[in-house]
Amino acid sequence: MNAVVTASGLSKRYKNTLALDNVNFQIPAGRIVGLIGPNGAGKTTALKAILGLTDFQGQLNVLGLDPRSQRDKLMEEVCFIADVAVLPRWIRVREAIDFVANIHPRFNRAKCEAFLARTKLTPDQRVKQMSKGMIVQLHLALVMAIDAKLLVLDEPTLGLDILYRKQFYQNLLEDYFDENKTIIVTTHQVEEIEHILTDLMFIRDGKIVLNTDMEAMGERFAEVMVSADMAATARQLKPLDERQVFGKSIFLFDGIDQAQLRALGEIRRPSVSDLFVATMKGTYA
Amino acid sequence: MKTLYWLVKREFWEHRGGFLWTPVITGSLFLLMTLLSITSFEAFGLRNNMFHMGDWNFTHHVDADTTKNFGKFLDLMMCISASAILGIMAIVIFFYCLGALYDDRKDKSVLFWQSLPIANWKTVVSKVASAIFIAPAIAAVLGVITGAVLVLVTACVASLHGLSVWAGLTEAHPIRLVTNILGLIPLYAVCALPTIGWLMLCSAWARSKPFLWALIIPLATTFAVWWLHLLGMPGLNAQWFFSHVASRVLFEVIPGNWLSFINPMYAGSQGEEVFEHLDLLRNYSALASGELWLGVIAGAAMLAVAAWLRRWRDDT
Repeated sequence: MNAVVTASGLSKRYKNTLALDNVNFQIPAGRIVGLIGPNGAGKTTALKAILGLTDFQGQLNVLGLDPRSQRDKLMEEVCFIADVAVLPRWIRVREAIDFVANIHPRFNRAKCEAFLARTKLTPDQRVKQMSKGMIVQLHLALVMAIDAKLLVLDEPTLGLDILYRKQFYQNLLEDYFDENKTIIVTTHQVEEIEHILTDLMFIRDGKIVLNTDMEAMGERFAEVMVSADMAATARQLKPLDERQVFGKSIFLFDGIDQAQLRALGEIRRPSVSDLFVATMKGTYA
Repeated sequence: MKTLYWLVKREFWEHRGGFLWTPVITGSLFLLMTLLSITSFEAFGLRNNMFHMGDWNFTHHVDADTTKNFGKFLDLMMCISASAILGIMAIVIFFYCLGALYDDRKDKSVLFWQSLPIANWKTVVSKVASAIFIAPAIAAVLGVITGAVLVLVTACVASLHGLSVWAGLTEAHPIRLVTNILGLIPLYAVCALPTIGWLMLCSAWARSKPFLWALIIPLATTFAVWWLHLLGMPGLNAQWFFSHVASRVLFEVIPGNWLSFINPMYAGSQGEEVFEHLDLLRNYSALASGELWLGVIAGAAMLAVAAWLRRWRDDT
C-alpha cells in the first residue's frame, strides 16, 4: 500500500495538555479523509505535525519525508488552506499569482487564471477589499493550480455562506481531486462534506476513536427506528445512542448483525453527524 | 536566486509606501520648500528694492573662484538632500525591521507564506537585503535626483543674477557624487548589521510589542550595568556599554554608521571638503576595525537565531 501519511506513536504535549496521545494511522493515496473531532481534540495539532509546523514525538512520514527536517522539500508536494491562514491583506490578486508562479515549481498559471475567470475577482484587487468568501476563492484558485500530492484543509469554509461553501467543495471535487491526490479535511460542518468523504477519522482527547472508510462504516453502524413496544428489546443490544422522534425511538448500533436489527424496525445508514454526536457524548461534561 | 529575487520583490510590494513613496514625498517637500524660499527671497528683494535685476548682478565681478565656490555649493546641496532622504529612510528601515518577522505572525498570513516551499533563511535573507540594500539604494538614487533638480533650480535662479549655469555645473561633480554615495551603501550595509540583526531578532521573538522589547532590553541592560557599577562591581562602565553595545544594536541604521570606525590616519582625497568626507578609500578604512567585525558577527548570529525562531516560535 502506498501510504501518503503514516503516523506511529505520534504524540504532542503542550505545557500541561496532551494534544496527541500515541496516535497511529495511515492514509493511502487517492482518498478524501475527514478528520473530525470536538474543539481542542487535537485535529489542528495533527495537521500541523503533518505540515511540519510543530515538533512532536514518535514517527511521522509524509510522502516519504520527515516533516520536521525536510519541510522545505515537503511543501513542494503539499498544499494547505486553513481558516486562519489568511492571505496577507496588502497583496493584490496579480501579485499573489506572480509570486506563487515564480516560487512554486508545480504551479500552473493558466489553470489558476481559468479558475479566477469564473469569479468576480479582478487582477488589481487587494485582499483587504475582498469578502471572506472571495479570499477563500483566491486561495483555492492558487492551491488548485498547484499539482500537489496532498492537500490539507483546516476548517476551510469557516465563516462562509452556504453558496461559497457548496461551491468550494464542488470545485474541489470536479476540478481538483483525482486518484493521485489525497485530501485531508477538518470541519465542523460535517453534513456538507459527508458525501464527498471516502474515509472518516474521529479524534477525541488526542486519540483516534474511529478510523474507517465510508463503506465499512455503513456496514458496521446502523440506525434503526423502533416503535415503543420493541424499545426494551432494542436497549438490550446496547445501542450507542437513543433518541425519540414522533413517539418512536431511533437507536444507533455498532457492530450488530443487520438481520437481527431488521426485526426491530426500519434500518438506515446513520449520518456522520449523528454518529459523531453519539461517539463524542460527554466530551464537554 | 530566483526565489530570493521574488522574495525581495514581495517585500517591495508590501512596503512600497515606506521604500518608495516616503523618499519621493520627502524629496518633493524638500523641493517645494526650496522653491518657496527662493521665491519669497526674490520677492522680498524686489519689493524692498534691495537688488534689481541689474544691480545684484555678479557678471562684473565673477571670477574663477566664485564659479568654483558655486560649484562647491551645488555639490553640497546635492549631498545634503541625499543625506536628508537617507536619514528619513533610516527611520523607515528601523520600523521595517521591527515589523519584518512580526506583522505576518500577527495577522496569521505567516501560515500562507509557510505553505509555500520557501526556506526560512531565504525569507530572512530577503528581508535583510531589502533593509540594507534595496531601501538605501532607492533612497540614495531619489536623494541624488532631488539634489540634481535642486541644483538645476538654484543654477537657473543664479543665472538670473549673472552667474553662468554652465560654469557652475561644470564646477559641480554630480556623477562623482552619485558614485561615491552609491559606493558607500555596501559599507553602510555591513555596519548596519548589528542593529538589523537585533531588530529582526526582536521581531521574530516578540509575541507582542516588538518595539518596546527592542528598546527596553538594551536600555535596561545599560541601567543594570550602571547599577552594578554603583554597587562596586569592578570593570563595569555603563557609558562604554551604552556606546559600544546598546547604541550599536539600536542606532546603526543611521547613515554614516561607519564613521566612528574610520582610522584618522587615512586622509581623504585632496580637494573639496564634500569629497573628503565621501572619499571611498577613507570611509572603507573603517573595515580595518575589529570592533566593526565583531558587530557584524553578532548581527549575523542574531539573524540566524531569528530564522530559527521563525520556524518554531508560534508552536503553541
